[in-house]
Amino acid sequence: MALLEIRDLQTHYGAIEALHGISLTVERGQIVTLIGCNGAGKSTTLRAISGLIPVTSGSILFDGKPLVGVAPHEIVKLGVAHAPEGRGIFANLTVDENLDLGSYLRRDRDGIARDRERVFELFPRIRERLRQNAGTLSGGEQQMLAIGRALMARPRLLLLDEPSLGLAPQVVQTIFRIIREINAAGTTILLVEQNAHMALQTAHFAYVLEVGEIVMQDEAKKLAESDEVRKAYLGVA
Amino acid sequence: MTKFLQTLMDGISIGSLYALIALGYTMVYGILRFINFAHSDIFVLGAWLSFSVALCAGWTASGAPLLFPTWLWTVLIVVSVLGPLLYVVERTALPALRSSLGPRVPHALAGGFVVTAAVWAWVLVGLVFLARATTASASFRPLTGVVILVIAMGGCGLAGYLIERLAYKPLRAAPRLNVLITAIGISLFLQNSGQLKFLFGTQPQKMPELMENKPLAVVAGVAINRVDVIGAGTAVALMFALEWLVFHTRLGRAMQAVSYNTRVASLMGIDVDRVISFTFVLGSALAAAAGFLFVMKLPGALRQPADTGWVLLGLKAFVAAVVGGIGNIRGAMLGGLFIGLLEYFGVAYLRPELRDVYVFVLLIIVLLVRPSGLLGKATVEKV
Repeated sequence: MALLEIRDLQTHYGAIEALHGISLTVERGQIVTLIGCNGAGKSTTLRAISGLIPVTSGSILFDGKPLVGVAPHEIVKLGVAHAPEGRGIFANLTVDENLDLGSYLRRDRDGIARDRERVFELFPRIRERLRQNAGTLSGGEQQMLAIGRALMARPRLLLLDEPSLGLAPQVVQTIFRIIREINAAGTTILLVEQNAHMALQTAHFAYVLEVGEIVMQDEAKKLAESDEVRKAYLGVA
Repeated sequence: MTKFLQTLMDGISIGSLYALIALGYTMVYGILRFINFAHSDIFVLGAWLSFSVALCAGWTASGAPLLFPTWLWTVLIVVSVLGPLLYVVERTALPALRSSLGPRVPHALAGGFVVTAAVWAWVLVGLVFLARATTASASFRPLTGVVILVIAMGGCGLAGYLIERLAYKPLRAAPRLNVLITAIGISLFLQNSGQLKFLFGTQPQKMPELMENKPLAVVAGVAINRVDVIGAGTAVALMFALEWLVFHTRLGRAMQAVSYNTRVASLMGIDVDRVISFTFVLGSALAAAAGFLFVMKLPGALRQPADTGWVLLGLKAFVAAVVGGIGNIRGAMLGGLFIGLLEYFGVAYLRPELRDVYVFVLLIIVLLVRPSGLLGKATVEKV
């Protein structure tokens, strides 16, 4: 059984249908990416998985358990962590407190301490900035904090929403290297990206979303070589 | 000098009460971005509840203790039976209903909160009996005040919880104006139902003196009274407790997170609805404490529940929250003290008949010069 299975998912924003019945599967241990333009419905998909927006119809199964109608905090409890679009840093709190909130539901002190060390290994910058107000971090550091904070929940599935958005190319390289490291350590990742080039290089499997519908799906390598994708998303004529 | 010290003391003791009320306004605003206009009525409820429990416990002139009216027992028993019943329905039948009716099954069906409310109510009843017991024995009599304070805080906490669950929660997704109008409606409902004969009635009352108000010390000709010291002490202790709760506990951290970004807070695994409920309980309990301390200090000021004098007090506390920077907890404390001092110094040294004017002039100045308040940060209105 796949870790995440979405079947015919439909959502609405007011009267407008945002997702017209999409289906996708995330296999255990993989990085699956969802690429597409602005407004295609990528973030909406992640929000529906996390329970942030109501689902009109369709099903979302995580490890065989239905997620539709379940409250967001219960979904976190089941093992889904979501680093949201725009990073969602608590700028009124310190970096340390932000990380703490990531492990809000956990009680195992030793495990939390271990995971903190792991986050510091992945992102040495975070350790340096621990006492600092999170609002004073640079964009890249905030993204690192958002991912680190999501990891503090020790998720089985990590949802990443546009981790490269607004970052300098070098920082983007770093972030994607770390995403691969996180995956190599055993965390399954569903990655939403506009930066199709980086996403297809990193992921095992990819879906292309266009105005609320999945128009293509294949192994990331194959998609990166297909003419349509090269033309539309990789800027190759 | 005597006049100055006296004014300073009055200003601080009333100001700390404004601060306690202001905290409720500011915490709810911080989390839901709306002004809970029913909050000042919770303060009034706290004052009247203190009075009623004091009577119930046996502090009447005639000495005949008031008993619980039968309707209260009826409500309690009905709720206690209904709660578990609804809870079972919710756990067994509701999931099935959800799949057939969609996710929008009315929240009123949720039994969990009825159970919570029932348990809460029974604990309060138990405390009332404790108050009667302490009153009956001479050696425990000084403790009655503490028990009454706890009951007032618990009772108002329950009221705040129910108001939030029944009136505001169903409107979570509605435009903010709707919630605001609902709050005004709740305020009117509380003011007018409070006048019912079996609740508090339409007559002003006098709070019984729970402790002898003797001067503890005389400093530069100013008597420092026991009630003032205990009152201000309680207020300050509660504020320290709140400060600790918000800035040094897990729950407080969750409150800060929800206040900053509700959506992301839920992604951390925080049960946002519970945090909101808790915020209402906390704010209401603090307002109740202010109500109790207010009638302890001014026993003759227990006006009837819909008296405009109450509204004015609540409004001044609201001004305190705005002056301090709405949404900011330390700001509310500071603003409360500031407003209290301003009011009393204005009365003592300027013109006493302009008592209410000073506070509102300050509000206008703050809104013109520093609209975000003394400690507030300038923010862009979120739409």
